[in-house]
Amino acid sequence: MHQPFEGSQAIWMDCGIHAREWIAPAFCQYFVRQILQTYKTDAKMEAMMTNMDFYITPVLNIDGYMFSWKNSSTRLWRKNRSPGPSGDCYGTDLNRNFDANWGTIRVSSDCNSDIYPGRGPISEPEAQAVTYFVGSRKEDFLCFLTIHSYGQLLLIPYGHPDFTASNYDELMKVGEEAAEAILKVHGKTYRVGTSPAVLYPNSGSSRDWARMQDIPLTFTFELRDNGTYGFELPQEEIQPTCEEAYSGALHIITYAHDKTFNGAAATAAALWTTLLALGVHLM
Amino acid sequence: MGLRRAIVLVALMEVTWSLNVTTIGPETVSTDASAHPEPAEENTEQKEAVAAEEDVMATGELNPNHYPAQRAAKLVQHYLNARYGSPYKLFGLKEVHSGNAEEVADSGRKYQLEISVHEIISNTKEKCSAEVFFPSGAKQLSPQVQVSACEEILKLDAKSEEEALYQQYKTNKTVRTEERLPDSYGHIDPEMTPFWHLSIVASSFIMLKESTENTLYNVAQVANITQLATENDQLKFDCHVLLHEMVSQEIPQWKLLFTWSPAEGVKVLHTEQLPHVHEFEKRAKPN
Repeated sequence: MHQPFEGSQAIWMDCGIHAREWIAPAFCQYFVRQILQTYKTDAKMEAMMTNMDFYITPVLNIDGYMFSWKNSSTRLWRKNRSPGPSGDCYGTDLNRNFDANWGTIRVSSDCNSDIYPGRGPISEPEAQAVTYFVGSRKEDFLCFLTIHSYGQLLLIPYGHPDFTASNYDELMKVGEEAAEAILKVHGKTYRVGTSPAVLYPNSGSSRDWARMQDIPLTFTFELRDNGTYGFELPQEEIQPTCEEAYSGALHIITYAHDKTFNGAAATAAALWTTLLALGVHLM
Repeated sequence: MGLRRAIVLVALMEVTWSLNVTTIGPETVSTDASAHPEPAEENTEQKEAVAAEEDVMATGELNPNHYPAQRAAKLVQHYLNARYGSPYKLFGLKEVHSGNAEEVADSGRKYQLEISVHEIISNTKEKCSAEVFFPSGAKQLSPQVQVSACEEILKLDAKSEEEALYQQYKTNKTVRTEERLPDSYGHIDPEMTPFWHLSIVASSFIMLKESTENTLYNVAQVANITQLATENDQLKFDCHVLLHEMVSQEIPQWKLLFTWSPAEGVKVLHTEQLPHVHEFEKRAKPN
């Protein structure tokens, strides 16, 4: 399991895998600002930032995101901007491109499809970058959060209905608690469950891949709203959405932190007490 | 720049890490699967198998938070909007409280739902009972919806605003949008808001007709709405809407011709699905 005294424990958050989900990159920016302000006065946040590294990717699908800002006709683009195999279509759905049951369910082999998973697992540079970066230090990560919109959901692995996470009960419990925290902020209900149960099955998602790397707490956030404005969330909803999502994310991160650090600290203290009692001196 | 370096490293390490990645995946997954079989639902009598591409659809008591009840309940929203919606009355699905599904011998599947619906403009909420029927068979028949026990919300009165709008646009003014509704930033000009609502109401006819147990529709955006000459005392509109189908994540585009008056409500005259605009076609067309 995790060795808290070897290498730095870390939290991962990515936003903007899907270009049109603009509220997600806004949330990553809000999150960073919030933790950098809070730690100055909040001892708990200070402890968490001392004990853990936070890796935040505000816009994972940069090409797609920039394309969605180009003009009104590109606003609803979802995928990246890789040219397709025949050169007359563009884009791979990055959240179907990860090496996690790749291409097995809820994908389309048509390059024009919004859920085209790419010509092979991790065919896309964006997915490769995450796979390499997180994969090469996977033992360090306690928590992997990926932020999307819309639907007001907290989704847990796995996207394939035939597979269940070994810590399903824990994921549901922490997810339900996070949803309660969200509800308390502005009264918005977020439903919790596996993707196949609550939304639809899928394969090749970043969250599933992260869970397969033994990162224990992996969640997909689908932020506001429920379809009234959908992807074009109005300006006045940005702040409240970020506030409630922050509350939910913080719950999960705090749980991940406390599970590792309070437990370990207690164990270390007990160990030292025993050793001293036995008169053992360590260099 | 960092990205390029990462790619280079990936290429160099391809042999090592890619092997690792492929071995880890299946092993971890099968360990998970064998250690912990699918958790039992609260109601042990029902078997809720998730529909993959084809269907072993949920039957019996449904989990209200799961997709089968949620997708069926969405149809109630589309039905209420098509039937009772107006420039000043728009319904949204607030919550699903409970649901039940059953096979109807050789003809389809029926859902019974207890839901909360809210009227968005007045921000009123009410509990409703509804029945949604999805017909089976090759013919592609539309789903059927029946609603009961939510009379209050349907009686909500917006008649004076509707009449004022109707009179204004029957004679003096004409609608022709400059911006999409909402625009890229979620903004809608207040004067355009009633026509955004009208477009959603008209689109609800399409969303209702096109829905199956494997779809979930919302209106993504109204590309444009143009008022045509008033006909038989009905305001007449031509609009181009972008729908969002959640399960496929596609954006189907439709053109609609519809009429509206406070007395008659929305009547859809003609609908046409536009072909998926491909990249090469976009580039070929002059803007």
